[in-house]
Amino acid sequence: MQTTARADARIASSAAPRRKSRAPWATWLHRIFVVLMYLFMLSPLIFVVWLSFFKDAILYFPPSGYTLSWYHKAVTDSAFVNGFITSLQVAIIASLCGVTLGVAASLGIIRYAFKGSNVINTLLLSPLLVPGIVAGVAIYLAYLQLENILDMDVVGTYGGLVLAHICLTIPWTVRLVSASMHGLDPSIVEAARNLGASPRTAFWRITLPMLRPAIVAASLFSFVVSFENLELSLSLVGPGRTTLPIAIMQYLEFNLDPTIAAVSAIQILLLGIVMLVTDRFVKLSQVV
Amino acid sequence: MAKVSIERLKKTFGSAVAVSDFSLDIADGELVAFLGPSGCGKTTTLRMIAGFIEPTAGTIRIGDDDVTHMPVHKRNTGMVFQRYALFPHMTVSQNVMFGLEMHKVEAAERDKRMRAALDMVRMSQFHDRYPRQLSGGQQQRVAIARALAIQPRVFLLDEPLSNLDAKLRLEVREEIRDLQRNLGLTTIFVTHDQEEALAIADRMAIMYDGKVQQIGSPEALYERPTNLFVADFLGKMNFFEGSIMEAGKFRTKNQRDIAIVGADRDTKKVGVRPERVTLSAEPQGPNALAGVIDTAIYLGSIIDVRIRLDSGESVSAQISNRGGEHIQHLSDGARMHACFDPADCVLFSE
Repeated sequence: MQTTARADARIASSAAPRRKSRAPWATWLHRIFVVLMYLFMLSPLIFVVWLSFFKDAILYFPPSGYTLSWYHKAVTDSAFVNGFITSLQVAIIASLCGVTLGVAASLGIIRYAFKGSNVINTLLLSPLLVPGIVAGVAIYLAYLQLENILDMDVVGTYGGLVLAHICLTIPWTVRLVSASMHGLDPSIVEAARNLGASPRTAFWRITLPMLRPAIVAASLFSFVVSFENLELSLSLVGPGRTTLPIAIMQYLEFNLDPTIAAVSAIQILLLGIVMLVTDRFVKLSQVV
Repeated sequence: MAKVSIERLKKTFGSAVAVSDFSLDIADGELVAFLGPSGCGKTTTLRMIAGFIEPTAGTIRIGDDDVTHMPVHKRNTGMVFQRYALFPHMTVSQNVMFGLEMHKVEAAERDKRMRAALDMVRMSQFHDRYPRQLSGGQQQRVAIARALAIQPRVFLLDEPLSNLDAKLRLEVREEIRDLQRNLGLTTIFVTHDQEEALAIADRMAIMYDGKVQQIGSPEALYERPTNLFVADFLGKMNFFEGSIMEAGKFRTKNQRDIAIVGADRDTKKVGVRPERVTLSAEPQGPNALAGVIDTAIYLGSIIDVRIRLDSGESVSAQISNRGGEHIQHLSDGARMHACFDPADCVLFSE
C-alpha cells in the first residue's frame, strides 16, 4: 500500500507546473542575486553579533582583540535583567489575551458576515497603520483621561502597559486567523454537525484544531511584536518597570560600548530559538 | 432506516424564492434523485432536510418525527458532501470514529462499527492515513463510511461524484447503489448529471426554478415527460408547433400533418425523441417527412443526423451504427424521409 501512496505523490508532483529551464548564466545571476539579498538582510544581525565580541570599550575597527566580558556585563546588569523579565511578562500576557480576543474577533467577522463587519475588520487592523509613537502618545492621553474618571493610576502601571500591547497584537491574530478561516471548507464543520456534534463540540473538536497552525503563528508574532516594541511602551512605562527595548535605549544615551551588542545578540538568539521550536510543530511558511 | 415525507416545503431568501411548494414522500429504502440545473433549489431542499437551512414554511418528517425545526445534530441523517469534507487533522479511522463518539456508542462497539464501515467501502487498509494522503475517490469512500457508520435514518448525498474523474465517478456510483440496495438505505441523491440520476434512482424529482417539474421513475420521466422543461432537460427532443385538427391528427405551423395518438384539444406542441426517428429513402409509415440531410456527425456508436425538412423545420435523428451500407448513404445533401411512429409522439399543452 505504501507504493500506491508514493505513486500518488509522484503524480501530484508531476502535475505541478515545471520550472522553465534557463540559460546557465541566468541561473548564476539569479543565485548571486539571492545571496546578495540575504547578505543585505542579514548584515545587521551578523554585525551586531560580531561587535558583541570586540574587546575595545569604544567601538573601533579592526578590533584589538575579542572577549566575552560584555556578555557577562549584559546578564548581570540589573537594568537589562529587569527589563528582560518585564518584557517577557508583558509579551506573554499580551499575546495570550491578544490571540484569544483576535480569534474571537475573526470568528465573528468571517462566520457572521454581519453589517459593518468590514469596518470592524479594518478597525482591528488599524494598529498596523498608525505610527507607533503616535499611538503611544494617543494611548497616553487616553489613559490620563481615564485616570481622571477612575481616580486611579493607569499610566505607568503594569496593566496599562499590557492593555496597550494587547492592542498591538490583535491585528496579527485577526490577519492570520481570518486568512486561514477563509481557506476552510465550511462543509467540514457541517459534516461534524451532521454526525451529531453540537455547535460547541464542533467548534472545539473541528474548527479550532483546523485553525491551530494560524493560531500558533499568531501567538509567535504577537509575542515578538510585543517583546521588541519600543515606541508604544515609551510613554507608558513607569519608574522601575522598563521593558528591555527601553532599557537598551536608556543605556545608549550615555554609553557606546559593545554591551548593547551583547544584549541584542542574546535577544536575537532567544527569538530565533522560539521561532525554530514553533516551526517544529507548525510549518510557519505555510501560514504566513 | 425510515421513510421521509416532505409537505409543502418553501424557502425564500429575502424576495428570492429558492424552493416553493415542494411535496414528496420517500418510501423506506427508496433512492430518490433530485435532478436539475444549478440554482434550481435541489441543494437547498437537501440542506433543509439535513437541517442546515431553516424552511420558511412546510414540514419535514423522518419516520414519524417532525424534524422541521430540530437542530442538525439531533436529526441523525448521514450526509456526504461534494468536496468530501473529511476532517483534515484526523486519520481515516478517527474520522469515522467521530460520529460514533458523538452518538455515544460504547467503546468496544465503536471500534467494531468503525471497522465494519471501512470494510464496506474497502478502505480498511488505509485506516491510519490522513485525508491528504488519499485520492479523491478514496476520500469520498471514507466520507461514505463516516456517514453510514452512525446508522443514519436517511442517507443524504450532495453531488457526491462531481469532483471525481469520469471513470471513478462510475465506480463510486455503482458502489453507492450497491450499498444502498444491500443496506436498504432511504437515500436522497442530489445531482445535475442526468445520466447519474437515470442510472441510480428508483424515482427522480426534476426541479427547475425552485419547483418540482415532475416526479417519477426514470422510465416514466423519459418516456412521458409532462412538460417541455422535463422533455428538453432529460435527453433531447424534436418539437413541432401547431394545433390538433381532429383526433389523431396534428397540423404544424408550416401546414404539415403529423399522425399522433390522442386528441387533447390543448395540444400546442408535439415532440419526438431523435433516437425514435428513422431515415429512409422511401417514405415509410404514417409519418414520413421529406427533407435533405444538413449534417451527419459520426459519433462512433451512433450517427447524429440533422435534416432540414421541405416544410422548413429541422429534425434531429440518432441512427445507431450497425455498419456497412446502412450508414453509407447518410451523407450531407442526401434526400431522405424522417419517419416515426405516432405512438412515439409526446403531446404538450404549452
